This record gives sequence, structure tokens and C-alpha cells, in this order.
Amino acid sequence: MEEKTKRTVVIPGEVLAKGEDYLPGEGTEKIGKEIIAIKYGLSEEANKLVKVIPLSGVYQPRKGNIIIGKVENITFYGWAIDIDSAEGAFLPLQEIPGYVDKDGLREIFDIGEMVVAKILDVNGRGIDLTTKSRGLGRIDEGLIVKVNSSKVPRIIGKEGSMISLIKEGSGCEVTVGQNGLIWIKGDKVEDELLAKGAINFITEKSFSSGLTGEVEEWFKKEKGGNK
Amino acid sequence: MAKDFKRPDGRGVEDIRPMKAEVGVVPNADGSAMFSFGNTIAIAAVYGPKKMHPQHQQDPKKGTLRCNYNMISFSVTDRIRPGPSRRSTEISKITEWALEPVLMIKNYQNMVIDVHINIIQADASTRCAGINAAALALAHAGIPMRDIVSSVSIGKLDKQLVVDVDKDEEDWEEGEGATDIPITMTSSERLTHIQLDGKISNDELKQVLELAKKATKKVYEVQKKALKESLEVKE
Amino acid sequence: METPNSTGDRIAQYLKDGKRFDGRKPGEFREIFVETGVSKKAEGSARVRIGKTEVIVGVKMDVGAPYPDSPNKGNLMVTSELLPLSSSRFESGPPKFPAIELGRLVDRGIRESKFVDFKKLCIKEGEKVWTVFVDIYTINHDGNLLDAAAIGALVALKTAKIPKYDGETGKVIYGEYGDEMMPVSKEIPIVTTVHRIGDSILVDPTLEEEDISEARVTIGGSCEGKVFSMQKGDSGDLSIEEMHKILELSENVRKEVFSKIDKFFK
Repeated sequence: MEEKTKRTVVIPGEVLAKGEDYLPGEGTEKIGKEIIAIKYGLSEEANKLVKVIPLSGVYQPRKGNIIIGKVENITFYGWAIDIDSAEGAFLPLQEIPGYVDKDGLREIFDIGEMVVAKILDVNGRGIDLTTKSRGLGRIDEGLIVKVNSSKVPRIIGKEGSMISLIKEGSGCEVTVGQNGLIWIKGDKVEDELLAKGAINFITEKSFSSGLTGEVEEWFKKEKGGNK
Repeated sequence: MAKDFKRPDGRGVEDIRPMKAEVGVVPNADGSAMFSFGNTIAIAAVYGPKKMHPQHQQDPKKGTLRCNYNMISFSVTDRIRPGPSRRSTEISKITEWALEPVLMIKNYQNMVIDVHINIIQADASTRCAGINAAALALAHAGIPMRDIVSSVSIGKLDKQLVVDVDKDEEDWEEGEGATDIPITMTSSERLTHIQLDGKISNDELKQVLELAKKATKKVYEVQKKALKESLEVKE
Repeated sequence: METPNSTGDRIAQYLKDGKRFDGRKPGEFREIFVETGVSKKAEGSARVRIGKTEVIVGVKMDVGAPYPDSPNKGNLMVTSELLPLSSSRFESGPPKFPAIELGRLVDRGIRESKFVDFKKLCIKEGEKVWTVFVDIYTINHDGNLLDAAAIGALVALKTAKIPKYDGETGKVIYGEYGDEMMPVSKEIPIVTTVHRIGDSILVDPTLEEEDISEARVTIGGSCEGKVFSMQKGDSGDLSIEEMHKILELSENVRKEVFSKIDKFFK
């Protein structure tokens, strides 16, 4: 059984746990017998693993993440994509589905266009992307909303419960990039704004439990008033 | 002696002016904060980590902290002409050195973390307020750091040591005049910054360090509270 | 990151129906918040927030020689800094065109309206006059910095006190004030900018809206319908009909903006 201690806000330098058998997880460091927070966030302990969940900060790219980015530059080998992280990302020619003419890069993704891609690898050279799977590729139309990447787990929810609620409540397709960019596409602009409003509502709320219920209430109120 | 000494604003010799701190004051920034000692008000905003430009300033071995300290024209009685000065350039560097020892940015090769500090209202100890705001803004931005740093000025007015020097005290002329010593420490009492202008003995300096230990802890409590009570985490 | 094209398209689409993302009508401003006393060292100062956009403005005064072509008038100097603190889009360094333009547009709004009576700022004709410095600093950029700066300059000037001046030494005694306030006229200039996006005319754009604005006209005028200054910016063009709409909208909006700051003018 997993034991979780109540989450508390911690600041860098705070001692989170003392003892030989505690292990330093994400956002912490072990110095001697003490686990120290090295980031501002919520501390959490489960089975002696102590970690700090950041509340803010620039997106930390991870292999396998789905992200949304903007085409910044086109080279002979592919597209340089801005994904709002410290490091730049690159989508090589070989990682596009189907055959691509070396001279036809601009027609596939032009500078300034938005794309949904998956992170293949994060290494010394940078971040490598692919659009070879389903659901990836160019964003043709819709709203792009930007939230801090630390809020993304909240927007997706446990096993996708929150994102399903947003989709059902607004009737829109919603694609969440782990880097905090979210693509909303609906039949009507009103529906898209409803999804956007729900996302803003969630990001403004604290890390309270029962947020799913609150969001359900929010949708009822918003849709009830708009008839 | 100490108890009879009259500071211009009536404070006790070890009293810091009322402090205020708040994070999130610049919504656009990755992290931001304001910090004030009485009438000295500083705001700081952090943008980064991000790719360093210009490219020739990139450090392939570690990330770079880049601080930019500036006083706004109407923060002081004699208007400051807009633009950098030698003083603000020096304080920018001092601020970097005060913060770097606690930052863990070795893994941000070729990247930069920009910290912009502006003094809105000046009543001495501006660099200390700036460092305090910058430390908060860096934590608020989620930058990995071993500790928060806290800064305060210790002064010697003629022969009397005082904590948190204001403008009237900076201009003290009686006897040996004013000695101004801004100091920055981590919460585990490690010194990251010290400067001195004036005239003081080594023995007195040891007392200064003791006073600084106590005073920076008080500053730390204010900084800690600002981060913990930030709106974003209200339960 | 600049506003994505897809979002820009949506903004324009919505505007065709007279709607905006935050529920405002095209002629509506976001919530305006104004307070004075930003810095006790300034002769006058104001903080203005329009939505999430924030700007601070300070007034400082000094005594010096008048300009040769106005020997009996005080001087005005408006500068503006787009602080890198306020947006990742701004860099450190000497002011570039947007900062210079902002300063000049606010300057025009004050100068041409004759809001400040510069003749009353003359101490000795041909020799000593007051120079009024108006310094604008951006704190958070979410669109429409210009209108925020103009409101700030107006309120900072209205509430500014004139420092004491020692005629014998020729020195200003800063920090000491008599009862003298900045000499201002009763005709109050409000500066607002109207934008064109596609066929829609709107005021107070957010940053996203400003990114897709094609043309804009900054107009300084009174609530009684007089226009003192005007400048069209950006590379789009405007039809005569659109200009009529812009003039009308600007006049209406001035009244709305003034109602948010009238407490400083009572």
C-alpha cells in the first residue's frame, strides 16, 4: 500500500526528511542523512521516496512527451521548432510520415505554423521530434492556449479524467502538449472559448482535491447562462 | 551605549525596517517578486533558462546567470538619467556573485537565466533589497537552488553598529561618519556577498558578522513566508 | 512566442461577430486600476493597470535654462523605457523605436492639449524655468502599453507637487514642497488608441490581439469632443469610413476612460 504524506509547500534549502533510508527523488538532494528541497513546489513522500513537485518553471522535456510547438526555421534536413523550453527542438525530414521532397519542406510545415509532435529523444544535441504517429502533425485551425507546464498533470487529471470532462463539456477536440501548449478545436468559436475558460479555471485553482466536481459545476453554470 | 543610541527614525540598533515581500508581481515572467525594507522597494523578474544570445557568450560547461540591476529615474530625489551607469553595472555583477553559490545550473549548458532587477523607490540598502527580490524570483521560477540567500546592510554610525541602514544613516557625518556593509548569507550561514565602505576594526567586523547572521535570518523568514503564502498554493 | 496564426485567425473570426475572447465588446476597455504614490521621491507618480498590463509613470522637476524659442515657458521631456522585466520581447539596451514612439505619443498628447500651463513654470524669463520630466516604465506587457502610459502620465502630472526653489542659490530643494501643484488646465486630454483587425475596429487590445492588429490610430482629445493630437501607426491602411468609425469610437471611449480616473480630478 502506498503511503502518501500530506503535500506541503516547500522552498529550496528546506529539510524534508531525516534518516538513512529516505531516498532523494525529483527536486531534492540528499546531503548526509537529510533530504533537502532544491526546488519551490509541493513536497510528497511515498515509500520513503521524497520528491518535490514544481509549481512553476520552464518545461523540462522528456522522451515520449507529446508537445505543441511553432516552426521557427527550415533547413535542408528538417524544421527547427520552438517548444517554449530552454533547449530548442528539431523535427528531421526522416521523421515525417510518407515521402518528402527535399525542396518541398515549406509546403509541409511553413515558418510560423504550429505542429503537434512527440519527443523521440533528449540528448546533448537537443530535442529530437517525430510526427510519425497518429494525431501528430500540422495544426490547421483552432485556439492555442498556453499554461505553465507544471499545471498540465492537473489539466489531464487522473487517468485522463479531467481532460475527458473538458472535451465532453465543451464538445471540442483538445490536444494537450506536455510543454503547456494546448490545442482546442471545435465547431463553434463559443465551444472553443468554453474549453479555454475551463482550462483557465483549472489553472487558477489551487491543488485542491475535488477539482473534478468543481469543474463539472463550472460547466453547468457556464452553459446554463449561455442559452 | 547601545540602548541610548538614537537612530534618526527611532529604531532600535538591531531593528530592521518593516519588510514586505510578494511573488508573482510580473505575470509575464517565469518568476518574479518584490521586496522592500521600509521605503526601499525592489522588483525582480526572471526569464529562463533559455538559449543564450549572443552566441559567443554561451558557456558550454554550465548555465549562465545574467543579472541586470537598474534604478528607475524617479526612485531618488535627484532624477537619474535613464541608462546604465558604472554603479549599476557593478551592482549587477555583485548580485550575480551573491546568487551563484546557491544556484544549481551546471546542467543548463549554453543557456542563460536572466534576472532583471529594478529599484522603484530608494532609501539606501537598494542592492540588498534587489538581491532579496532576485532570490525570491529565482525560486518562484523553479530554478534549482540549494538555498535562498538573504541580504541586509549592517552599518557603523560613528562608533555604533546598527542593522539595516537607511538614507539618513548612510549620510551620517558625526564622529567617524558612516560605514556601510551590505552582506548576503544563505540560511545555513554561508556568506555569498560582502562589501564595505568606511572605517572599521577587525574586532568590530566580527561583531558585524554576528549581527548579520541574526538579521539575515529575519529576512529569510519574510522571504519564506512570501513563497509559502503565494496565492497559487492557497488550500 | 508570438501569437500563433491559428489563434490570430480565431480572434479575427470572433471579431466579425463583434465578440472578443474575454467577453468584451470591441469598444470596451479591460478593468482599469490607477493609484498614485508609486515613489515618494517623485514629484508625482502613478501606477496604471489595464487588465494584466501594468505601467508606472513618474514626474520629476528641475530648474534650468529655457529653450531659445520659448524663453518664458517651462520645458517638457517625456521618456519611456520598455523594461526587459516586463516582457521576454524586450531587450536591455538603448531605447528602440517602440519605446521612442511610446514616449513621443504620450508627449504629443500632453503638449498639444496644453494640459500643463508651461508659462506658469517660468521662474525668470529667458534665464530660469522648470523642466518637467515624465518617465514611463513598463512593468507587465499584455497589450496596450500606450494607453496605460498616457493615463499614468496624466494622473502623475495632475497630482504632482512643485518642489521649493531657492532663488538665491538657484537650487531646487527636493523633498520640500509648498502648496504649489503642477499648473494644469481644466481641459483634460485622454489619449486612446483604436485598432483595425480585418474589418473590425476595436480598443484596448490584449497582447494576442495587438499581434494581429493591422493599423492603429492614437488620438488625444478631451471629453468635450476636441481632438488635440493624432497619429496613425503600423503598415495597414484605413478607409475614410473606417476613420469616421475610429473618430467616433475614440470620442466615446475617452469618456469611459475618464470616468475611471475622475476621482483624481475632483
